[in-house]
Formats: sequence, C-alpha cells, structure tokens
Amino acid sequence: MNAALASDSDSYGGGAAAGGRVLTPGLDVSHKTILYLQDISVSFDGFKALNNLSLDIDNGELRCIIGPNGAGKTTMMDVITGKTRPDSGSVFFGQTIDLTKFTEAEIAHAGIGRKFQKPTVFEQHSVFENLELAMKTDKRVRFSLTARLDSAQRDRIAETLALIQLAGEADRPAGLLSHGQKQWLEIGMLLMQEPRLLLLDEPVAGMTDEETERTGELCTTLAGKHSVIVVEHDMDFVAGIARKVTVLHEGSVLAEGSMAQVQNDPRVIEVYLGR
Amino acid sequence: MSPKTIAPVLALALLLLWARLACALPAELVLAVAAGQSDEQVAAVGKLVASGDAGVEVFFQALLDGNVQVAGGKRVLVVKDEQGVDAATNEKVAPLPDGLEDAVVNNRLRGALEAAMGALKLTSPDRAARLAAVKALEDGAGEEMLPLIGKALAAEADPQIKRLLSLVQAGVQLKSADPAVRMAAVKALASSDNSNTKTLLLGVLEKKGDSFAEPDAAIRAEAQDSLKAVQSRLSVGERISQVFTGISLGSILMLAALGLAITYGLMGVINMAHGELIMVGAYSAYVVQNLFRARLPGLFDWYLAAAVPTAFFASALVGMALERSVIRFLYGRPLETLLATWGISLILMQSVRSIFGAQNVQVENPVWMSGGVEVLTNVVLPWNRLIIVGFALAVLLLMWFLLARTRLGLFVRAVTQNRGMASCVGVPTARVDTLAFGLGSGIAGLAGCALSQIGNVGPDLGQTYIVDSFMVVVLGGVGQLAGTVYAALGLGMANKFLEAWSGAVLAKIAILAFIIIFIQKRPQGMFAVKGRMADS
Amino acid sequence: MGPFATGITRLYGRKGWIALAVCAAILFVLFPLANLVAPKGSPLYISDYTVALIGKIMCYAIVAVAMDLIWGYTGILSLGHGLFFALGGYMMGMHLMRMIGRQGQYQSDLPDFMVFLNWKAYPWYWSFTEHFWYSALLVVLVPGALAFVFGFFAFRSRIKGVYFSIITQALTFAFMLLFFRNDTGFGGNNGFTDFKRILGYPIATSETRMALFTLTAAMLIVTLLFARYIVTSKLGRVLTAIRDAESRVMFSGYNPVHYKLFIWTVSAVICGIAGALYVPQVGIINPSEMSPANSIEIAIWVALGGRGSLVGAIIGAGLVNGAKSVLTVAFPEYWLFFLGLIFILVTLFLPRGVIGLLKFPRRRRA
Repeated sequence: MNAALASDSDSYGGGAAAGGRVLTPGLDVSHKTILYLQDISVSFDGFKALNNLSLDIDNGELRCIIGPNGAGKTTMMDVITGKTRPDSGSVFFGQTIDLTKFTEAEIAHAGIGRKFQKPTVFEQHSVFENLELAMKTDKRVRFSLTARLDSAQRDRIAETLALIQLAGEADRPAGLLSHGQKQWLEIGMLLMQEPRLLLLDEPVAGMTDEETERTGELCTTLAGKHSVIVVEHDMDFVAGIARKVTVLHEGSVLAEGSMAQVQNDPRVIEVYLGR
Repeated sequence: MSPKTIAPVLALALLLLWARLACALPAELVLAVAAGQSDEQVAAVGKLVASGDAGVEVFFQALLDGNVQVAGGKRVLVVKDEQGVDAATNEKVAPLPDGLEDAVVNNRLRGALEAAMGALKLTSPDRAARLAAVKALEDGAGEEMLPLIGKALAAEADPQIKRLLSLVQAGVQLKSADPAVRMAAVKALASSDNSNTKTLLLGVLEKKGDSFAEPDAAIRAEAQDSLKAVQSRLSVGERISQVFTGISLGSILMLAALGLAITYGLMGVINMAHGELIMVGAYSAYVVQNLFRARLPGLFDWYLAAAVPTAFFASALVGMALERSVIRFLYGRPLETLLATWGISLILMQSVRSIFGAQNVQVENPVWMSGGVEVLTNVVLPWNRLIIVGFALAVLLLMWFLLARTRLGLFVRAVTQNRGMASCVGVPTARVDTLAFGLGSGIAGLAGCALSQIGNVGPDLGQTYIVDSFMVVVLGGVGQLAGTVYAALGLGMANKFLEAWSGAVLAKIAILAFIIIFIQKRPQGMFAVKGRMADS
Repeated sequence: MGPFATGITRLYGRKGWIALAVCAAILFVLFPLANLVAPKGSPLYISDYTVALIGKIMCYAIVAVAMDLIWGYTGILSLGHGLFFALGGYMMGMHLMRMIGRQGQYQSDLPDFMVFLNWKAYPWYWSFTEHFWYSALLVVLVPGALAFVFGFFAFRSRIKGVYFSIITQALTFAFMLLFFRNDTGFGGNNGFTDFKRILGYPIATSETRMALFTLTAAMLIVTLLFARYIVTSKLGRVLTAIRDAESRVMFSGYNPVHYKLFIWTVSAVICGIAGALYVPQVGIINPSEMSPANSIEIAIWVALGGRGSLVGAIIGAGLVNGAKSVLTVAFPEYWLFFLGLIFILVTLFLPRGVIGLLKFPRRRRA
C-alpha cells in the first residue's frame, strides 16, 4: 500500500475533536504541483475518449477547462476520481499518491472532492443532514453507528449553510430545493469534505445570472486554500474567473494559457467555430 | 459336443420332424405350458418356439390375453366368446366341457411368452418386423431361444440384421458349457455397440468369492479386450448424445430467453410473469390439440400448424394487455415492476389452475415428430428435439430480421436508446412499447408451444424456466441478442455435461455458483457495453 | 442517565413509547392470562391455535423488519431472505431433532430420516448440535456467514438493482435444490419435524407454546428497537443516502460496500433468529421455505406496510399473513388471486404503503 495513505489510515480515530481523520497528512506538494496527469488514454469500444492527455495542476490554482462536447472533460474527471481506470498513463495526487490504485471512496478521503454535472444530493435528507454526511470525519461503519455531532461540528455546518445561503432551508428535504440551490448545496457538501482539490463539473448550469456571479466569487475565494478545477461551457463565466484555461479537444490538450491567449489561438477558433 | 448340448439339438430335430408331420402343436408341450410347473412351462415355451409352427403365435397370444382354459388337467382349450378350440389340434370343441379352469400366467411365464412372441418374428418376411424382433432380443434372450436364433441366422440375408443377430447369439452362448463356444462368443462381442454387451462382458469378468465367473483365464483376457473395444465405441455414442441433449436444452433455454431478451434485454422491463407467458403458450397448444382431436381428427397430425400461431398470439395478447394495464405505469422502476409482474404471474398460474385443473395435461406429439434418427445403436436423436432445435433457430432468425431489418425493429431500438428523442422525431413510443412487449411475450408463447412437445404441461411450467432464462439474459448481457444465444447454448451444454459428471442438482448449483462468480468479473454480461452510459 | 440510555429514549417520541408499552402489555400480560388462566369457552379465552398463529406472524414480522432495513432503507431488494430465515430454522430444527432422542419411529439415536436413508452417523457439520447454545450460535453464524461471503462478492463487484435481486433469487433456489436432496443430510423433502421437546420441556404444551410466544414477542420488540437505533443513527442516514445517490456517497468518502455488507449481514442474522423462533412454534422446517416464491412474498409484506417504515413493515407482515390464514381456509382457490392483486395494486397505487395512507392526511393538516 502507498505510504501516504497508510500513514493516513494510522490516524483513524485520532484527533477526537475533529471527529476522526486528519487532513491528508501524507499529501506531498513540495514541487508546488498537486495533480499530475501523464499520457492518459481511455477508450470505450474503440472510441478514444482520452488520447495521451497530459495535464498538471498547481497547488492552490484555479484552473478552467473548456472544450466542445466529446472532448473528454467528464472522462478526465472520472479518471481523477477513480470512477474510470485509464488504459495507460499515470495519475498522481501530490508527489506520492498514485490515484489509479485507489477506489472512489479512498480518493475522496485523500482530499479530492467532485461535483457532478447533474447536481447529485441526497434528496430524502434535509439540507443539514446532507452537509453532516459530507463532513470530514471518520467514515467507517462502526463510527457511523455511534456518531454524534459535537458543537464544533454544528458550528461548521452552520458556517457552510451561511456560505451557500441555505441557512433558512436547513431542515427542508434537499429534493425540494431549486436546481440552483441544489448546485450550491453540492458545493457546500464538497467544502464540508475539506478537500485539497475540488473538481467542479459545470457548476453554474441552470443558475440565474445572480447565482452565477456569486458562484464565480465563491470559486475565486476557494482558490488558494484549495486547488480548483472548473469544467464549464459558459464562456462568460469562465472569462470572469479564469486565470489559466486549458482547452481539451478529442481527448487531449489543444491549448493552454490565459483566456485571452486561448481565445486568440487559431486552432481553438477552428475547433469552436470551424465546423 | 457334450451330451448335454446334443440332447436339446436332437430333441429339436425330432420335434421339427414331428411338427412337419403333424401340422399341429405337440399336445404335451401345450399342456406343459398351460398347466405345468414354472420351470417346465418356460422350457416348454422354448421348445414350442423352436418348432416354428405358425399356430404357436396364436396360442401364445391367447395365453397372454387370458383366453386359455384347461379341461380336467388334460385338454387345453382356447376359449373366446364361448367358442372353444383345442389348442393342440386346432379342432373346434363344442359344446364346452365342464370343469374348465383358467390357465395361470404368472409374471415369469408372461416374460418368457413375450420374449418368445418377439423371437417368433425373427423369421417374419417383413424386414422391419425382423429388425424389431432382434432389437427386442438384445435386451435379454434366454438359452431356450438359441436354436431359433441359429435357424433365423442361417436364413437371414440382410447384413444388418445378421450382424445384430449374431451378437445376440454370442451373448447367449457366453453361458455355454463349451469353452470354445464361449471363446468364440467373447470374440464376436467385441464388435458390439450395445450397452447390454458391456454388462454381459462385465458379468464374465466378475469375481464370485474366490473364483471367477469365467474359469478360463484366456477367455477372461479376451473378454477384457472385447470390453475395451465395446466401451470405447459406447463412449463415443455417449458423448454424441450428451452434446445433442446439451444443444437441445440450450435451444429450449434460448427460446425461453429470447422473449426476455426483448422485454428485459431491450426494454429493461423485468417481467417475472415471463414463465407464465410460456405456460400460456403451452396451454394454447393443448387447447388447439383438443380442438383438432374433437373437430378435425383427420388433420390431427397437422394441429401444430395451427398451434404455433395460436400460442404466439395468445401469449402476445396477454402480454400486451399486461403492458397496457400494469407495466406501462412502472417504466423506470425495475424493482416495482418485478413485484407487480410477480403478482401477475401468481394470478395467471391460479387462473390456469382454475380453468384446466392443477394436474398436468397431456399434449401429444404428431406422428411425424415421434421416433427418432438412429445415429449409432446407442444414440437415437428424437425427432421432437431435433425439430425444436430447428424451430429455435427459425425463431432466432425471424427475431433478428424483425429487429434489424424492419421499421418496428428500428423503432424499438430507437425507443430503448432514447425515449425522449424517439418521441420527438415522431416515433409513437407508447405503441412501440406495447408492440415490442407483445413480440417478446409472443416469442415466450412459441417457447411454450415447443415445450409442450417434449415435456409436461402444467400450471408450474413457467416457474421451472424463469430462473434459468433470467440467468441466460444476465450472463448474455442486457440488450444483446448474440449474448443471449451464446449464453443459452453455453448454459445448456454446461448443464448437461456437469449433469453427467455430478448429477442434476449439483450441476444446477455449480452453474449458479459459476454465474455468481462470472458476474463478479463481468458485471454487464459477456458482451458488455462499456462507456459512460454503462453505469447509469 | 448514561449515553446509552439517552440513545434508547430518543428512538421514539412520547407517543411512540406509550404505544409500544401498550403493545408489550398486550403481548406479555393479556395473552398469557387469556390463554393459560382464562377458562376455556369464556369470551376472554384465547385458543392455542390463535397463540401459535400470532407467534408465527410475529416471526414473519421480525423478517419484515430485517427486509425493510435492507430494502426500505438501503434500497437493495433481496429475493433471498427466505433462505436466511430457513437456515436459522434448520439450525434450530436439527437441535430439536436431536432432542427427540430415541423416541422416533425407529427408536434409534439418529433422527428417523437418517435411519430411513441408511445414515450410520451424523455428518460432521451437525457435530455438537445436541448442545443448545452451540445450535443457537449456529442460528446466528450460519446465515450471517453466508450473507457476509455472498454480500462481499456481490457488493464488491457492484452488482446492484435488479441484477442483485435476481442473483439472490438464484441463490435461494440453489439452496432449495441442495436441501431437497436426500444425500445432503438436511432431511430432504420432508425436512425436520416431529419435535418432542425443547430445553427439556415438552414442546406441544400450552405453557411451552406461551413461553415461545413471549420470547418471540420480546425478540420482535428488541429487533424493532435495534433497527430503529440503526436507522436513526448516522449510519442509517448513510444507508438511505446509498439508496438515493450511491455515487455521491462514494465521492463523499464513504465506502458503500462496507455499509451494504454490514446491513445485509445484520438483516440476514435477524432473519436467522426469526427462523429459529419459528420452527419450534410451527413444528416443521422443510426446503419449501427456501422457494423463491416465499422470499418474494416477504418483499410484498414490506411494500404493503410501507417501505422505509419499521412499524409499517410489521403491519404489512401482519396484514398479509393474517389475510392468508383466513383466506386459505375460507377460499383456498382465491388466495393466489388475492395475493397477486396485492402485489399489483400496492406497486401501482400504494408506493408508500399503508403507513403512507395513515401519515398523508396528518401532514396535510399540519
């Protein structure tokens, strides 16, 4: 087993005040890079969803990824979060953690949070319970059976509720929220996980302009403390928050740079407008 | 020749001579058969057979029918409808004498008589009758038949019958007192392909206490060689019949599963009443059969021509009614569908029980489906199974054609892939659902019609096949016709081979265990659809 | 009060506890008095038949609670729960067989069916079953271990939904075939029956029956409280979350396999205990208990009562089995029609079950 995760699992049950695991102590970001993707290829029935994709994300960076449909954006997220195993290539979280060797739950525990394209929350649970379930703590069966919230944890949930502007809805079932509210709740759940890296798949789909703007602000405040990868179709939104943009096309990186650079890249223009 | 063997031969020669002269049955033998002690009776039967007289058959038949009576322990009469005939002299006896007693035919005598009746046909002019007679003797000919067999052998011109007959002769001669005769018999048996021969040879090799059944070591060695030859010939046959029963079971599973491949595989409807739709098909065949028997007895052999479409439409109608009334409201809720269709299956089963009774009903094969093709002497492929294999292939081809080449097929595939989009481009999704479900149910009906030809038809018929057919679909993968075919054949073959090796129940358990393990490795079935959609 | 006591009291509200206490009083006081003390023929008298029937239904109710845990709360429809029930029953049944001693028809040390089938000694897997506590341990261990092993493989390879249901059905089917065989030492077709005594007491007397009845009632209440404890804990919320959005649970850092395996095994063990209580009261256990039809019927008890409601599951088990005992006697022809209709109507029109009907108007008033 990987040394980093092994030491992580040693800390089970420790830090009672925090309620369980300590934030991925083994994550080594000494080279300032938090995520390495190298020569990743994935194919489904002969269709190459990812084709020798290589990508690095710096620690604390906010990265936007754009690309036409079928460029491989969601598949790339699947590879990072362990849902899909690459046919070839390597995925490293920090210097030491080889993500291709772990399950989704272990990767989530290691500090990677993911928001789905379609907002996925626990519809039968209240908003409060949604956040409680997502909260970083020991998530093994026997701890869940006896777990009780302490006041520090309640405060954290309350903070997050305020941040995502759902404090008034805390006791409503999440299934009754509006689409935009569900998106926010999902982001709130990611924050409760205290991840080092956040993957946001189309975070502003179905949001009003005002909500979109606030989501943009949220993304930029998150960056620094967390590393954030945003996949988005909404160009205005991307232009508003992006410092560095990566363009995917047919499963590999087509261009990378600031929004202005990318927008003027002839290859990008061809991909977006040429056909 | 020892005096022991000569005596019967001499007696036979004398008897033959006498029989020719008298043109009637020897009275003392007739009396011995009708009123003697058990051993005497059997011996006398053998002698009468050997006489070769045409009257013997009539007399034996009368005995078997219970029409023989003995007058005063002396005269044997065949009494039928109060008319008496002397069994020996064939003279009419009227009026019937007093003090008549029925001749007692116990089981031993009955067996001897039946074997003798068969043996008598050995000299029949009809080739088929002779062949049948030889086959009957293969199951066990007594020593008393030996003279008759010898005679028949001498007269026989047909090489096939001659070969079989000489094997029967050798089988009997194994018990001969003369080692040379036994040796020749053991050698002759090497060319046999009958499983009885194996038992005979094993009997030769058997050890009784300290001594062998066969005292002569040379004969035992020869018997060992012959046994090997016979066994290797037999095992080829066994393998062929195993493969065939495997294919046969596979084709039945395939028929049962093909309907599911549409309703579950393509439409995603988990229909626990599928087995009952098969049952509806089988009962349709039963009803059609009865109608033909009552109204069109002359065309009875062709009732299947009407039963096949009837079964299809009956099951299809039931299926479409279910789709319209229940299943329609449960699309996208597979577990609820499962429970509701289970309820439907209970109702269908109980309905059939109320209408036709809880007992199994009899569906008869038409004449052209009974019998079989003989590939080797120990391998007979029954026609009904052969025809069902062909029928399954035909249904498969038809289904492939419907799905791949017709508009309905196109619509079905469109609806299963993207209901919303299909509806947007003008596909009448609701109607397509009903029709597709009807098609799947109709094919279940066809499976039922086929099953009615090879097994029992009862209210529980569907239950027997539902687990198996779901296994086929699970193994084959959802949405895959090819997968269904391979899985059905594979399961059928595996089942039969394991059955031969470990017994039926353990075979079934082994297969279920295998499927559970298989699903570990390939959760989406043999022909998995990979990709982002696979999970959802 | 200690933390455990507070943990218990918070399970139900004031009304809930009062209702539970009333039920307990009826089961523990009224029934024994009416059955054992009240004179026969008096209007208060409850017959042995009724006691046995209610006892049997309470066993089913325990199974229904177990089924609700795995299906109602976790969303995994098992069509093999009858297997765990029967296995628990078989373990207890074997112990009771050995307690017959030499009073069987053949007056042998071996049970009648073994004498009949020419067994010379007990097969190894029935060793020590003459000790009650060992058998009681097997009642828990055998269904639990089978469920754990099966669940481990099934959940690890992410078999879910209908696939899982079908495979559990195949599992119970396979076991039924195995137990039907004479040479496996499980009594074949006839199973285990003709029990004489339990823990030294004759099994057919009113007193023993009443003891088994109260034991079952106690077990039902303990099961209900235990299940309630699970579903109101954070673990329960994770289970419901798995039912509603498993991928989100996974990406939140929970390993759904462990959670499913836990509740699946717990559920199987509860079924095993219910089976062990069922066998001495009914007096027979045979392989037909493992038939797929039996297991699927369990699901409809829960569906009728109301998935995701423990009390609902108990009500459902009572309604269906109560109706069954009345209808199979009065109209044996129509029972299957009736049961079939329940399956159809409940799935079409009562997605929240009877309990949903009861709760709905109250919510509206609020």
